Amino acid sequence: MSATVPPIKPTEAKKTSSALGQALLVPILAVVTGLIIGAIVIVVSGASVAKAYGALFVGSFGNPLDFFAALKTLFASGDSAALIKAIYPFTESLVTATPYIFAGLSVAVGFRCGLFNIGAEGQFFVGALCSAFVGYSLQGLPMLIHLPLALLGGALGGGIWGMIPGYLKARFGAHEVVNTIMMNWIAFKLSDWLLNGPMKASGFRPVTPNIQASAELPRFFSDPLRFNLGFFLALLFAYLVYWFLFKTTLGFEIRSVGANPDAAKYAGMNIIKNFVLVMAISGGLAGLAGSAQVLGVDHWVGQGFSAGYGFDAIALALLGKSHPLGVVLAALLFGFLRSGATNMQSMAGIPIDIISIIQGLVIVFIAAPDIIRWLYRIRSLKAEETVLTRGWGK
Amino acid sequence: MTNALELQGITKRFPGVLANDQISITLREGKILALLGENGAGKTTLMNILYGLYKPDEGKILVRGKEVEIQNPNDAIANGIGMVHQHFMLVPVMTVTENVMLGVEPTKNGVFLDQEKVARRIREISEQYGLEVDPSAYIKDLPVGIQQRVEIIKVLYRQADILILDEPTAVLTPQEVEGLFKILETLIKKGKSIIFITHKLKEVLNAADDITVIRLGKVVGSIDPQEATPEKLATMMVGRDVNLVVDKQPAKPQAAALAVTDLAVRDENENLSVRGISFEVRKGEILGIAGVQGNGQTELVYALTGLLPVESGEIQLLGEPIHNATPRAILERGVAHVPEDRQRHGLILSFPIHDNLMLCTYYKKPFAHGVVLQEKAIFSNAEELVEQYDVRTPNIYVNVGTLSGGNQQKVIIAREFSRPIELLIASQPTRGLDVGSIEYIHKQIIKKRDEGTGVIVVSSELDEILALSDRIAVMYKGQIMDILDAKKANKEYLGLLMAGIHPSETSKN
Repeated sequence: MSATVPPIKPTEAKKTSSALGQALLVPILAVVTGLIIGAIVIVVSGASVAKAYGALFVGSFGNPLDFFAALKTLFASGDSAALIKAIYPFTESLVTATPYIFAGLSVAVGFRCGLFNIGAEGQFFVGALCSAFVGYSLQGLPMLIHLPLALLGGALGGGIWGMIPGYLKARFGAHEVVNTIMMNWIAFKLSDWLLNGPMKASGFRPVTPNIQASAELPRFFSDPLRFNLGFFLALLFAYLVYWFLFKTTLGFEIRSVGANPDAAKYAGMNIIKNFVLVMAISGGLAGLAGSAQVLGVDHWVGQGFSAGYGFDAIALALLGKSHPLGVVLAALLFGFLRSGATNMQSMAGIPIDIISIIQGLVIVFIAAPDIIRWLYRIRSLKAEETVLTRGWGK
Repeated sequence: MTNALELQGITKRFPGVLANDQISITLREGKILALLGENGAGKTTLMNILYGLYKPDEGKILVRGKEVEIQNPNDAIANGIGMVHQHFMLVPVMTVTENVMLGVEPTKNGVFLDQEKVARRIREISEQYGLEVDPSAYIKDLPVGIQQRVEIIKVLYRQADILILDEPTAVLTPQEVEGLFKILETLIKKGKSIIFITHKLKEVLNAADDITVIRLGKVVGSIDPQEATPEKLATMMVGRDVNLVVDKQPAKPQAAALAVTDLAVRDENENLSVRGISFEVRKGEILGIAGVQGNGQTELVYALTGLLPVESGEIQLLGEPIHNATPRAILERGVAHVPEDRQRHGLILSFPIHDNLMLCTYYKKPFAHGVVLQEKAIFSNAEELVEQYDVRTPNIYVNVGTLSGGNQQKVIIAREFSRPIELLIASQPTRGLDVGSIEYIHKQIIKKRDEGTGVIVVSSELDEILALSDRIAVMYKGQIMDILDAKKANKEYLGLLMAGIHPSETSKN
């Protein structure tokens, strides 16, 4: 039909801000709808929605009244203890969001190249173990050297773990979904062995020794606040990934291969090289998620350490439309929900699972945006849907 | 006499576009109405309304004088309206019978498919209308012309008496087109009425009883085929005078740009699609490669551009071997490629125009310094090319997928023609485009030739081959039947070659 468009001279058009609004509309409505249905579930289970969501809010952001009271105390007496307590929930949410950001970026980079990295969980483990090893085994190094080394260890470990399925795909055409799942199991079992053997700290529990203080990501407040440099590092990486994907020739190739591999081949791009590169980068980011958790929060690695960050990451990338900014926003949402859910359980007696239900609903709505468009009578834009992965084989 | 079908004041709006604006057309009982218009004129929208795929915002549909409401294709079929789509809706691995009964399967004893009954009916229809189709043949074994007959049988089986044919000649050889027209005549004699959608002017003049021309979603007018000429019709379609004959000077061929020797290529399914062909393209000449689609032209072009490996034989560009070089190496030696499937190979639809305009050179200066993309250079390059090649777009930031087919093709032409090239390979360069765009693209190709570029034009449209080529090669089953001087070629002769018949051989018999 656009042949009928009258000739418009190309003008210095600015990228419209409404495009951003359009892109955000469905995710925001998906979250709102998820919360509404969550509320219905809460009502059905016989609890008070106000109480539940109030507790969720206080648990994720903190109580504003406490915050102002604490500020008053600080100015009156110089005592910061109350303030620290008041901002604790907020900072904990950011702490929870940190590995989510890294892991979400990991899956998003894969999606951009048309690859489905289900292996973020395994890469997360390997990254965490590598960082922990560098963190406790090297001693007497200054922080300026030790901390970057520990981070690098995590990125390399995760990167290699991701690169293997990438190489298998490029060389033998083996599908990355199958191989990343297999690599997950190898990582889980490997970590079991390492934690019970070579990397086990003295004592009974299968955990690694604590890392050296020089490898810790510095914290900004005194205990119990665990808010640390990792969060800002995650934001920095989100920007770097954005820059890499959208402002460099390598990113252009990756996006081209993801959007239309036939056209990428036509344009002389090496598709196979991009598969390996992207899986390495994706794995590296997932590895860094593990590093950030070890070096910033836990300071040691134990069994069942990940709590499913790598799998939630798939949802994050979907929710964030595989855009770094979207991933950061989605990770913050998950961080606040997860962190607040604990409080909701203890204060309002609502099981933490309700949050999983809400998350699940949000993901369904994102994956099938027509539900949301239909619910809210949004006219579907004729814009092409982002194709995240290709089917099996060619 | 009543009219078989009448559309009155049909209006259909899409967001931002008025696709059909108060369109009224009349199909007389037992006649062929040709609906003529450029791509994007609104023909397909109108037919989709008639077939129940879209709902009109305004207007009435009358079948034999009675107003009907068509909500979905079943309603259309119930009213005796059947559609033969441009892209066949057939399952290749099933037989003719199975394809015809698909969706309306009759059963024996409530559970078993009654294939025999369908086959009998197909034979009846086949005989009645002179369609000559074997019900037990598999679709994949049938030539395209016969597949089209199967589509027509499907419609007749569902007892349609108003047939809509959407661009039915796009995939046929000239001889098959003749055959189709004969079938249409028989159908008319047996009392069917037909709407024939096309953008090809000559066919309309041959076949139609009435002609209605649509432009920009409106009916421009109706014309009696007796009074119409191709020039008149083209002017109605485009809204201005169109030069149907490509102006070109005689070629001044120079040294060989490309030499192909004994080339054999396997397609993606490992079938030998190109079987030992040799030819040469000189600088400053256009070699047209004619042939029915699927006779190895695609694989030949892929091999020349590095998209498929060469099985055996040699390809030399300016005397240097390029067989089995990577697509990028070939590209960098100055081979430009306008791919036949522009949406699959030529463009990334979800990327903005400016990115598509540097798709092959993104890694070079001025578009990149090191690995960092230079947006300023990318944008100014795009602004320049959009202006120079007359790409109709609101701006360079919109996704290329939002453009019309003609403008998408112009983006590819702009990108490929704007870098220094030695050899241009244009595959189906004007497929599905409107007359205005075709005229423009042909001019650009001739211009490249006159600049001393070697040009290969692959096309299944004989008119295009004849209009552009200096020499013509005809491919059939992976081989070149003959290479002849364009001045000596005519449609009938080429048509025979395309069907695999060498006229000199038949004359011997």
